[in-house]
Amino acid sequence: MSAPKREQYAVVVIGAGPAGLAATASAAGAGLSTLLLDENAGPGGQVWRAISSTPVTREAVLGADYWSGAELATAARDSGAEIIHRATVWSLDRNLELGVSVGGGSAFIKAKRVIIATGALERPFPIPGWTLPGVMTAGAAQTMLKSSGLVPDGRTIIAGQGPLLWLLAAQILRLGGRIDRVLDTTPRANYMAALPHAFAFMTSPYVMKGLAMMREVRAKVPVVKGVTELAAAGDGKLASVSYVAGSKRETLPADLLLLHQGVVPNVNLAMAAGVEHRWNESQLCWTPVLDADGNSSVPGIAIAGDGAGIGGAQAAIWRGRIAARAAIAALAPAAVAKLDPIAALRTGLARAERGRAFLDVLFQPAPQFRIPKGDTIVCRCEEITAQDVLDSVAIGATGPNQLKAYRRTGMGPCQGRLCGLTVTELMAEARGKSPQEIGYYRLRAPVKPIMLSELAALPKSDEATKAVVRG
Amino acid sequence: MFKRAEGDTRRSVTIHVEGRAIEAREGDSVSAALLASGLDARRATAVSGAKRLPYCMMGVCFDCLVTIDGVGNRQGCLVPVVDGMQIEIQKGKREIGK
Amino acid sequence: MRKDYDVAVVGGGLLGSAIAWGLGRLGQRVAVLDEGDIAKRASRANFALVWVQSKGLGMPAYTGWTVRGSQAWPKLADELKAQTDLDVALQQNGGFHLTLGEAEYEQRTQLVARMHNQTGAADYRMEMLLASEVKKMLPLIGPEVSGGSFCPFDGHVNSLRTFRAFHTGMKQFGVDYLPERPVASIAGDGGEFRLATSQGEMRAAKVVLAAGNVNQTLAPMVGLSAPMGPTRGQIVVTERTVPFLPHPLTTIRQTDEGTVMIGDSKEDELDDRVQNLPINAVMADRAQRMFPHLARLNVVRSWTGIRVMPKDGFPIYDQSETHPGAFVACCHSGVTLAANHAFDIARMVKGGALEPELVGAFTAQRFVNDAGAGGSGYY
Repeated sequence: MSAPKREQYAVVVIGAGPAGLAATASAAGAGLSTLLLDENAGPGGQVWRAISSTPVTREAVLGADYWSGAELATAARDSGAEIIHRATVWSLDRNLELGVSVGGGSAFIKAKRVIIATGALERPFPIPGWTLPGVMTAGAAQTMLKSSGLVPDGRTIIAGQGPLLWLLAAQILRLGGRIDRVLDTTPRANYMAALPHAFAFMTSPYVMKGLAMMREVRAKVPVVKGVTELAAAGDGKLASVSYVAGSKRETLPADLLLLHQGVVPNVNLAMAAGVEHRWNESQLCWTPVLDADGNSSVPGIAIAGDGAGIGGAQAAIWRGRIAARAAIAALAPAAVAKLDPIAALRTGLARAERGRAFLDVLFQPAPQFRIPKGDTIVCRCEEITAQDVLDSVAIGATGPNQLKAYRRTGMGPCQGRLCGLTVTELMAEARGKSPQEIGYYRLRAPVKPIMLSELAALPKSDEATKAVVRG
Repeated sequence: MFKRAEGDTRRSVTIHVEGRAIEAREGDSVSAALLASGLDARRATAVSGAKRLPYCMMGVCFDCLVTIDGVGNRQGCLVPVVDGMQIEIQKGKREIGK
Repeated sequence: MRKDYDVAVVGGGLLGSAIAWGLGRLGQRVAVLDEGDIAKRASRANFALVWVQSKGLGMPAYTGWTVRGSQAWPKLADELKAQTDLDVALQQNGGFHLTLGEAEYEQRTQLVARMHNQTGAADYRMEMLLASEVKKMLPLIGPEVSGGSFCPFDGHVNSLRTFRAFHTGMKQFGVDYLPERPVASIAGDGGEFRLATSQGEMRAAKVVLAAGNVNQTLAPMVGLSAPMGPTRGQIVVTERTVPFLPHPLTTIRQTDEGTVMIGDSKEDELDDRVQNLPINAVMADRAQRMFPHLARLNVVRSWTGIRVMPKDGFPIYDQSETHPGAFVACCHSGVTLAANHAFDIARMVKGGALEPELVGAFTAQRFVNDAGAGGSGYY
């Protein structure tokens, strides 16, 4: 863990998941000075987390898709790129200057091209009681499983929908963990709605793997389909989970509730850099406005991977290669001849994206799990409820930024990552507007907290001093 | 809530939680080690004092905040354990000198 | 002809809201026309001081107006609490301007002397204190602090909660808050003003321009003028920490929630989408030299805002000769002067005329006679 060696790089890649590793390997492989910055202790991002250190070495447990990441991690490592883990990029601006914090110190570096590959995070799942100790995301459990070989041990319920949910359940079972029940919240109407996209899906790589995994889980765990209500309860920690499915309402004692309803782009860094985003009606999240090479509205900043719109690990690899190829074409045109032709990359991406539309429709979460009511917490940091948000709309809040002024939502350390989408959709519903019209929090550096001493140690100009010290 | 799967051959590491020694494994994050320990590792929020445990384990939710080697409000899910590390449960707002 | 409202207030920030709340309190039918979610809003970018010391150098009337505002704040806080149950966390036990090193101490000493020598300035007991004296009141100061000025009337408030309390209270008084209606033009004749907004026309018997720097554009539509000289400022904010700062400073304050706000800067740039990180570095450096324990706190947010600033730094309150019933109000210190706006300016607007003994000095006529003479707008 050491600070960047240089002050300037041709390409800076942010995030060492599939897109970031692919982009790094391509860019550095073409001879560009490349820096890969990543917040985690090792490469892999979330999908290949702990790929070079996991204690879960039996290949069948984590599956072939997981282990496929090892090759790319090695390729990036051996590409000649400078790679820094446990590095937090807290600032990126239109001049392609980055503020990066490593080991308690910060540095400014400059890039000719920046490829943001900060991936996705799990969509907020704001049900009653979701802040109770013992309620976690499915991704959290998967992170512990991959990096530490930890599996649920108490009374465990997994609730939600989407491919990751079934993958996690299968992995927990393979490793001897406990799951008492799976509560599937996929809306029944989604199956019909997704039908027009079914053909593409049936011929995609997802289908066989997905079905096999669901069979594997069903063989060992009771699965309840069509769950339309969900709540966690307990005094100071999770004690029970209640749900409604059809006409049946049931309360189960529980120690651990794992929630998941898909992933959404992690937009904070890109938005703070000024990259234009628009509301994506099918994925119900903000996605950046990009050209075919992943270039954003800010010259020099490209976005690859799930941060560009959810596409999964394979699509992320192709997008990383495409973005890197565009950087190489701009900075080292002579090296382009040795690369795969762009048509081949685009074909690869199209193949990887096959079936995505089906998944988007099938696993679009139901409104009641995205737009909470009453005293359900919306903003976990500031502990603001759905009713608080509605009360603010009643006295005049038109969007997330005016709401901040009234109620501090999004002003805590997570900076809106866990409440932003909920706030937008909740206000849109309350005001009868589209999420696009409502908008999102205006984000600024630092996009992750840094120590005041780090900020204080950054270069200061006389001009800056004069702007502050005024007598 | 969590247990270690069989076949984990990583080196053992000792950390101290509120002065009490617990065993972790090299490569564990502080948060994972706390959850695996079975200790009551619930922090109190800075707003209402409500009890919380880690939610996302990937650096975005800030519910894993913990005092590590005397420095408060660190994201336990992003910090790997080191032998001899001193952990204190975060009790509400950041304290002076921590 | 039936008018929609007695008064249309243009601008729903702290200043417009205070006046609208005050008018609603007096039983007036009021509409507040405001912009939407993304706007240059000093009301959500301010430093929340209720500040007296050093205000009014170059204009003694401003000192008196500021002291009056400070003294009326407890009444405002009490009324807001009674009406909305929101505690705006008003604290008025005195505030500091701390200095680092001897040169800054000398400079501040001279400013304090100039303030004392200015005839007509209300006495607000601003005094210089040595570091040893400061330390008795602020035990955590660092060794580089050379001293500072202290004024017992200074204080601060939770300005976002004040904003929310005004808006909550406005609703209870029946004031119509109408966001997403920026005013494009104002026409007035026959005792009626017609305001063209993006969502149609609105009519009112009187109009109060409280649109911050935009007043410069709106004022000429009703025979007024409001020359503005906005500046850009930046603030960084830390995570919540336990209470450590019993008095606010000009550049550091701890909110009742526990966060530490660190300011501030002044630039002529007016793009509030970008921030100048070297400025944040200077502010952070000075803050940790004043209070070394802050060094390890996490910065969770920072922001850039555009100050509402009349050209000479002093407030503008004026009424139109050509368009009776049209008023303009703008000032930098929307927090400090909130009580004056809620009580005094609202009363004057309802009565149809500004009271010269209180606000006569703040007419924009002063710019006609002496264009651009600068003074001490704040601190």
